[in-house]
Amino acid sequence: MCLAIPGQVVEVVDEHNRLATVEVAGVRRTVNIGLLDVGDVGAVPGDWVLIHVGFALSKIDEEEARATLRLLEQMGAEYAQELDELKASVIE
Amino acid sequence: MKFVDEFRDAELGRVVAGEIVAAVEPGRHYKVMEVCGGHTHSIYKYGVDDLLPSNVELVHGPGCPVCVIPMGRVDDGIALAHEPGVIFTCFGDMLRVPGSSQTLLDAKADGADVRIVYSPLDALRIAKQNPEREVVFFAIGFETTAPSTALTLRRARAESVGNFSVMCSHVTIVPPLRALLESPDLRLDGFIGPGHVATVVGARPFQFLPDQYGKPVVISGFEPLDILQSVLMVLRQLGAGRATVENQYARVVPWEGNLRALEIMAEVFALRPHFEWRGLGFISQSALRISDAYAEWDAEERFSVPGVRVADPKACQCGEVLKGVIKPWECKVFGTACTPERPIGTCMVSPEGACAAYYNYGRFAREREVA
Repeated sequence: MCLAIPGQVVEVVDEHNRLATVEVAGVRRTVNIGLLDVGDVGAVPGDWVLIHVGFALSKIDEEEARATLRLLEQMGAEYAQELDELKASVIE
Repeated sequence: MKFVDEFRDAELGRVVAGEIVAAVEPGRHYKVMEVCGGHTHSIYKYGVDDLLPSNVELVHGPGCPVCVIPMGRVDDGIALAHEPGVIFTCFGDMLRVPGSSQTLLDAKADGADVRIVYSPLDALRIAKQNPEREVVFFAIGFETTAPSTALTLRRARAESVGNFSVMCSHVTIVPPLRALLESPDLRLDGFIGPGHVATVVGARPFQFLPDQYGKPVVISGFEPLDILQSVLMVLRQLGAGRATVENQYARVVPWEGNLRALEIMAEVFALRPHFEWRGLGFISQSALRISDAYAEWDAEERFSVPGVRVADPKACQCGEVLKGVIKPWECKVFGTACTPERPIGTCMVSPEGACAAYYNYGRFAREREVA
């Protein structure tokens, strides 16, 4: 649960509940982007975000996202478990 | 230096390691605490400590949320899981944490409906799908995780989901650091600050470390190169006789944190007057409860929770490990009676726990490979 995984926002699917489809390591999952609603600009399609327990915690740039993904992939079992749990997640 | 090849920039890794050697005074011993369990994990996985001179010691801190949950709190969760009609939801990491007589996994085997969720929003969905059942979410974690619970509770209230409640065991990072600095058995020179917690709270809450205790702190990213650079930044502050908060992870951590997250947390949570931490004892104002406005969704209000204090097992030295007083392998049961498969203490359960990280990646594992 301690990992934060990078993903790219594909589209906002529920404006009211601030839910967006995000592509994470090749899978598309729904996550909450409400914590990024600072000022007028929230997360928009194309943004890279760090995801923790189903919530986008911060925006990052693409280079950071790719480097973090490489780091996570090297972790092996824990990252695999986190991805499995994320894949089982159905946020609606 | 075999692990340096796996760094984002191996050449830079070697340069930084060299600069660290140049930054230390040979006769001085440096103790730098990495607060966050994610850092501990990276340090052992990549052998970051092997790149440091022998007089620079990394001390593992209390920043692993699973590790600091006391046994009595696990028992409370198990008691709720055994309540008739309850679906008890938690993160996967909590399943194997030992309570005084069983784990949540044991409770599940005994027939309790315990389900792993990835997100508190998954727990809320389960509640909406099972209106005839009571769904409890066991919320753990530092400020990184607390905003997610807060937003989930906001939605539960907005949608009047009456069969959902949260057993709130969120903790905050500053009070245990203060407790450690007040403790006489540990002398620390500086801190590697927790990157993800700082994403939410910002760098400012760590200002008390230099201001009140004269200790440098560098907020750090999680790659081995980040940690090496942060160690160097701490050592340079020490060398120059400075103590300040620096942000090595500025590419992710804004100085002021995530204001939106802080605002939502302030609405949904209130500070507990005190909370028990495994191995550290009671620390005042160190944890969050659900605020009065959200009391209807507080599992501790809805159910009768035993709330019994249970002493840690005598053999277990998680407390000393969490305080950085001993190294994982110095614990009497490390790797013998206590292993990731059959943990006695929490530090061996979570991948971010110092004992599990050391067991899986540390010298212990390397010695086993050689043997």
